[in-house]
Amino acid sequence: MEAVSKLDVEAIRADFPILQRRIGDKPLAYLDSAATSQKPVQVVDAMRRFTDHSNANISRSVHTLGAEATEAYEGARARVAAFIGAPSADEVVFTKNSTEAINLLAYAFQNAALDPHADPRFRLAPGDEIVVTEMEHHANLIPWQQLALRTGATLKWIGITDHGRLDLEAVPEVITERTKLVSFTHVANLLGTVNPTSQITARAREVGALVGLDASQSVPHIPVNVADLGVDFIAFTGHKMLGPTGIGVLWAKADLLDAMPPFLTGGSMIKTVTMEKTTFAEAPAKFEAGTPPIAEAVGLAAAVDYLDALGMENVRAHEKELAGYMLERLESVDGLTVIGPRVPIGRGATVSFTFADIHPHDVGQILDAEGIAVRVGHHCAKPTCDRFGVNATTRASGYVYNTHEEIDRLVAALAQVRKVFG
Amino acid sequence: MDLDELYQEVILDHYKRPRGAGLREPYEGESHQVNPTCGDEITLRVHVKGDRVADVSYENVGCSISKASASVLYELVHDTTVDDALARLAEFTELMNSKGQSDGDEETLEDAVAFAGVSKYPMRVKCALLGWMAFKDALVRAEAETGGSRP
Repeated sequence: MEAVSKLDVEAIRADFPILQRRIGDKPLAYLDSAATSQKPVQVVDAMRRFTDHSNANISRSVHTLGAEATEAYEGARARVAAFIGAPSADEVVFTKNSTEAINLLAYAFQNAALDPHADPRFRLAPGDEIVVTEMEHHANLIPWQQLALRTGATLKWIGITDHGRLDLEAVPEVITERTKLVSFTHVANLLGTVNPTSQITARAREVGALVGLDASQSVPHIPVNVADLGVDFIAFTGHKMLGPTGIGVLWAKADLLDAMPPFLTGGSMIKTVTMEKTTFAEAPAKFEAGTPPIAEAVGLAAAVDYLDALGMENVRAHEKELAGYMLERLESVDGLTVIGPRVPIGRGATVSFTFADIHPHDVGQILDAEGIAVRVGHHCAKPTCDRFGVNATTRASGYVYNTHEEIDRLVAALAQVRKVFG
Repeated sequence: MDLDELYQEVILDHYKRPRGAGLREPYEGESHQVNPTCGDEITLRVHVKGDRVADVSYENVGCSISKASASVLYELVHDTTVDDALARLAEFTELMNSKGQSDGDEETLEDAVAFAGVSKYPMRVKCALLGWMAFKDALVRAEAETGGSRP
């Protein structure tokens, strides 16, 4: 492991005041960024500046503040579009989070199923198939289960190999002429696997299915370019990429957004309204009913600026190196079993593991007493847990601000866990 | 964080050597409870004879707190009257909701007072209560099964 981090981690850490916190008398080692990342001062400052200086509702008022707020919000949209290589800012829909973005898409299908004039690409009926994978976060599973239940479509999935990779050999039989949508995770939140996309998208194209990507764990960590990926939709969330909570993104190709019925209806998403009927605004406004998270959009744009300044290639290199160190050190712990890929290739710096027969809750509690924050439980991926025959795992996840020293502290604290429960 | 307070010897002992574990016949009421945040599970049976809890049997997967709590529950409520068992349930629930403000009555709660420290950890209170929720539910089912003959 001689790979060198491309990031100046000490300088980065200085931008995150929370990393100076102590838990009891121990310095915090934050290894839970896959759940939510911390925010640099640049993000908090941008939101504060907006709130203190330009706060107003958007697209409504002619006053100066209203114009500034609209400009800030739409500027954030353009900033996010550029970050993911979207050809147009109008293809970026702001949502509450990834879960809402995926539900927005699922409800487009559901609403289309009720409308005989809807675009046939979105019309599901019994016999049609929706394909996911066994390694989905519940956010990219349950909306499709529900949609299948309500439309009579069939939900199918691509399995996981023992090494924690997608069983790509099964792709040709799982994705068939009946498949209308394939929605799968780009980077698995429990396993840390970075899924290769080309084989799945090629097969989906072959059968004429739409392709969606749950990019919640990829956009924060690796360069993501929607044009290169050749998919139709991606969903991701601000709070996992140094931004605030309360804002997420659905990106979709313009012609698909045009064809999709809206999910939420109400203010700001209309063209004309009478007591009898309404015509909708063009996308993205069509999907942004009500007052959106304006300050949060400003914060997300600042987070994107921060990541761009670091360079996403550098972020990827840093995390690849970190993943290698985590795997090497964790696997040296007696009784510890990594759940997911065991080599730092095609995976991120999110490492789940079981430790002897000690329950992850107990592991997490002792680690917390040492100042180390990890996630324990099923990580909203129960089917993945079932696949590996475990109820829960302990998950350490790294990001731009994590160091080798923090991994060393994690490993040392596991000896403490062993002492209490061994 | 005072870990010794959370993981008292008594708790670790019940965790490592659970009392009354395993599912047994006969039983009138059975309950299956899960903690959705961590996936912990328990299946618990209650055998009621007249006004007595003749047996409580269970199978569970979970953390040390949830497993030790089920073991302590068994010790406290098996072979006692239903009324006493319900009183212990109320007492233990109150202790768990005390946010560290109560020590619990050792006369009645016995080993269960070791869980007083758990009440300071909101994320763990649910673990400690999982078995007790199953007991409460199983008892209701047992009474429904036996026609609620208790006065």
